[in-house]
Amino acid sequence: MSAAVDIGLAPMLPRPARITRVVKETADTFTLHLEPPDGKLAFMPGQFNMLYVFGVGEVPISISGDPDAPEVLVHTIRAVGAVTKALMAMVPGDVVGVRGPYGNAWPVGEGMRRDLVVVAGGIGLAPLRPVIYHALSHRADFDRVYVLYGTRTPSDILFEEELRAWRARFDMEVELTVDRGLAGWSGRTGVVTTLIERADFAPESAVAMVCGPEVMMRFAARELAQNGVEEERIFVSLERKMKCGVGLCGNCQLGPELLCRDGPIYPYSRARRLFAVREL
Amino acid sequence: METHSLARALAQNTLLTKLSMDHLEFLSGCAKNVRISAGEYLFREGEDANELFLIRRGVIALEVYAPPRSTMSAETVGSGDLLGWSVLFPPHTWSIDARVLEDALLFSIDGACLRKKLEADHDFGYHLMRVVLEHVHRRLERLRLQQLDVYRTESI
Ligand SMILES: Cc1cc2nc3c(=O)[nH]c(=O)nc-3n(C[C@H](O)[C@H](O)[C@H](O)COP(=O)(O)OP(=O)(O)OC[C@H]3O[C@@H](n4cnc5c(N)ncnc54)[C@H](O)[C@@H]3O)c2cc1C
Repeated sequence: MSAAVDIGLAPMLPRPARITRVVKETADTFTLHLEPPDGKLAFMPGQFNMLYVFGVGEVPISISGDPDAPEVLVHTIRAVGAVTKALMAMVPGDVVGVRGPYGNAWPVGEGMRRDLVVVAGGIGLAPLRPVIYHALSHRADFDRVYVLYGTRTPSDILFEEELRAWRARFDMEVELTVDRGLAGWSGRTGVVTTLIERADFAPESAVAMVCGPEVMMRFAARELAQNGVEEERIFVSLERKMKCGVGLCGNCQLGPELLCRDGPIYPYSRARRLFAVREL
Repeated sequence: METHSLARALAQNTLLTKLSMDHLEFLSGCAKNVRISAGEYLFREGEDANELFLIRRGVIALEVYAPPRSTMSAETVGSGDLLGWSVLFPPHTWSIDARVLEDALLFSIDGACLRKKLEADHDFGYHLMRVVLEHVHRRLERLRLQQLDVYRTESI
């Protein structure tokens, strides 16, 4: 056993993973397919990895692939700063460091027999995609399945082909809206909360999973609650600044919670309190 | 449709659940059913605003002609939305185009008839205006979030 393990630092050591494919999703968002360090990396929908770009830095990124296909590690990333821009510049054959998977999961337990309402905003569709894959491959576990997605403009729509394919299915409802309906757009324009009002899920039994910018999550969770979904069954992902990923550094402490270890996924009944913490 | 059954149909609309049956009967005297197909315009900017619409089904884009970028969709409205507040306030002209994206079924409430009833019965007027104001409040909240442009610099 190495010294690093003896002093409990094993989870801090990134392991190399080779990029096998890069998919350009939108102008600033891309998907990396990687060979997992041990040939496969089992994960639960909602979990994230720390991705390390050698010499640049490390960032938490959710896994956006299919939990039933752990032999490919998939991450969808929006380039916003130093590390994510360095990831965007990478090509197949390049190597990144991976630590994880970390964090808790979206509650997609077996035999839920509930309506599933996935509400995503912008890049927030990426951490929720494993939930959608899971729901489709365990379709009998759910009643109706809704994917309600809002993004900035038509050219910011993530996973457009997949959304189209899901929309064509008879066993799920997919609704899409953009905040800015630029010339030529003939879909819906308006915030994602308008899709909640119009979806005909059964609020008394529905379970909702919401991911996106924090403001969007607050409004969406409130709208779901106003439409009769119990706060304990509305889940949001609190993805504020994380560093170590394993609850050691305290960087992501929000009130009594260490988001990377205890979260990032919380029922709205608890997240409501955490949303109010502004310091982080 | 007779006003009585129209009043019952109006009562099904989530927006109008707070109106009494008497007020719904009174309102139904100004209302009729309208169907309009995808691709057609319900109204266009500059035209006289003669009707208030309650959308029962369908999707309608509110569009602004903005040269040189051509037409931009400002907002889409659908089932449960109220469209056409312009009938309530002078100069009673549409300030936007309304293009149907998905076949729509609406209640159309005649503007002149409605204004007359609002003046004739202030109790009815108060309750109807509450319905309108509640809806305007909800729409304003949506628009406020929309104009925050939350996805612009966000990285979840
Ligand atoms: C659990 C978790 C899962 C995540 N999953 C994904 C994902 O699947 N895809 C993805 O693209 N991003 C994801 N993020 C966000 C991602 O980690 C950040 O965008 C990244 O850390 C930015 O690093 P950077 O060096 O590129 O930019 P920096 O230079 O560190 O920051 C650039 C800008 O982004 C802002 N920013 C950085 N981190 C965050 C954050 N967590 N929330 C909001 N704003 C932030 C900064 O304030 C700054 O304005 C996730 C974050 C967490 C905590």
